[in-house]
Amino acid sequence: MTQLALVIDLNTCVGCHACVTSCKEWNTSGQAGPMVDQNPYAAEPTGTFFNRVQSFEVGTFPNTQTVHFPKSCLHCEDPPCVPVCPTGASYKRPEDGIVLVDYDKCIGCEYCSWACPYGAREIDEQQKVMKKCTLCIDRLYDESLPEAERKPVCVLSCPTSARIYGDIHDPESDASKAISDAGGYQLMPEWGTAPANHYLPRRKVGIAVHAEDLQRVDNPLRKEDRGPRKPTTRTTLDDSTSW
Amino acid sequence: MKPAISVILLTTLVGAGQGLFLAFYSAEWFVLLGILRPALNDYGGQAAALSFLFLALGLVASFFHLGHPERAWRAAAMWRSSWLSREVIALPAAMLLILGYALVKLSALDSIVLVLGESIPISISTVVGFGAVLAICALFVCTAMIYACLKFLRQWHSPLTVLNFLLMGCASGFTLASALASYSQDGRFAYFVGMAVFLTLAALVFRFATLLRNKGLRSPSSLQSAIGVHHPTIRQIAQGAMGGSFNTRAFIHGYGASVVRLARRGFLLLGFVIPLLLLQISDESSILICSLAFVLQYLGLLAERWYFFIEAEHPQNLYYQMIS
Ligand code: SF4
Ligand code: SF4
Repeated sequence: MTQLALVIDLNTCVGCHACVTSCKEWNTSGQAGPMVDQNPYAAEPTGTFFNRVQSFEVGTFPNTQTVHFPKSCLHCEDPPCVPVCPTGASYKRPEDGIVLVDYDKCIGCEYCSWACPYGAREIDEQQKVMKKCTLCIDRLYDESLPEAERKPVCVLSCPTSARIYGDIHDPESDASKAISDAGGYQLMPEWGTAPANHYLPRRKVGIAVHAEDLQRVDNPLRKEDRGPRKPTTRTTLDDSTSW
Repeated sequence: MKPAISVILLTTLVGAGQGLFLAFYSAEWFVLLGILRPALNDYGGQAAALSFLFLALGLVASFFHLGHPERAWRAAAMWRSSWLSREVIALPAAMLLILGYALVKLSALDSIVLVLGESIPISISTVVGFGAVLAICALFVCTAMIYACLKFLRQWHSPLTVLNFLLMGCASGFTLASALASYSQDGRFAYFVGMAVFLTLAALVFRFATLLRNKGLRSPSSLQSAIGVHHPTIRQIAQGAMGGSFNTRAFIHGYGASVVRLARRGFLLLGFVIPLLLLQISDESSILICSLAFVLQYLGLLAERWYFFIEAEHPQNLYYQMIS
């Protein structure tokens, strides 16, 4: 079974919001759109987004790190938002694991948004239906696009390649490898939703080199100490013969 | 959670309507079994019609909650998995059966269809009413399970939610029945008021128990598990939206602790304590006191349902530290 998902590397995300704007651009003009913008140029702009980047400061000054945290629907493998939907508008595609909303069936009761612990769903105030990340399903299978572009638009737009797209059930995919190599984790695993999207933790990118890394202090023979042999005083064959 | 007004009206109106029907229908059975004396003037039909009205008002209120009310019929589709869908089926079913009961009672159609154990005559209305009782029980469970089934809304995720909805609905229904009995002088006042006092007391006990339970609840989630950064000091510096979002509007109530405390005390007093006192001092002729008891109790239960929303903490609020 396929489970398409995103793996988001918090170590490389710089919080530039390129994924946010490209997502809005693609989806507001695509089959999921339009995504409403309210007061776009006024004091309190608000609207529908599938993806948002939040920022957190970790630690106490001056020892702090800023973590930029992109947040969208995680396409849970056991999505609590789906069974509660009374109309069947919310569903999980068996063939690729993407969780979608059928905007023609949705009655806008908001019940699914109560059932998502991550706050990934938003009512579109104009269309009055529930919206959320579609994983750009209208790109993934579009054969008119070059193969390299059949990916969520956020993945293509990320300048630091912090977003990796792939099938997390295929151990050979980039996404699966990133999860297993870099300690990928799920958000709020305690609720048993098994989010398909994973996050890669902050990690050290440099290494410190200490003296004992170069010379083995615990080696009784101290092999590294053996330098070139000292000159001997005895006559050698070289001294008594001439070639 | 932010209180949803239409849902508050829906659940309280439907609860009172269901309680009212149960009050009159149970009285009818006690008469059949010879425990109560027959009513001096039987207006079970009118009472059922009133109960129908309450349910209908609740249904109307619920439409205001929907973004697309014209598609509401679709909501019956997923009854296998969704409690909301089940409610959408149970509510019209209960309304239909209650209406049927009222029509049979009010028209001349009601006649005895069989005699149980030689002395208990069962009429058409008794049969239809029994169906209504089943639908009402199903409706109580469905309505409450909509909230109780959401496992990470820990304040709701408890059998107490179902019990509370049931007891509060029945309590307000029996209080209304007492008012009607004092108005019509049908001789069943003592039964209604006794049950109203008992149910209100029981509802108070379990609502209070729920308050105590919720006070000690700790969510297994934290900001650390929400973003997966395991450091004790994390401060949010941007929430991903300038003028708020659906997430900040729908899940964060924004009321201060004093308002919340006032609401809690208010619903305990108005919904339970004052009606109990009023019912205690009322007698068969105190129409006004009983009516007042119902009105105050209904207002109190509105406040209770409001508080029920305020009380529930949604884990998504962890992502909105700056304002929650
Ligand atoms: S993140 Fe929320 S909306 Fe997305 S699948 Fe999981 S529960 Fe559903
Ligand atoms: S808002 Fe739409 S998708 Fe969500 S539960 Fe209601 S009908 Fe289903």
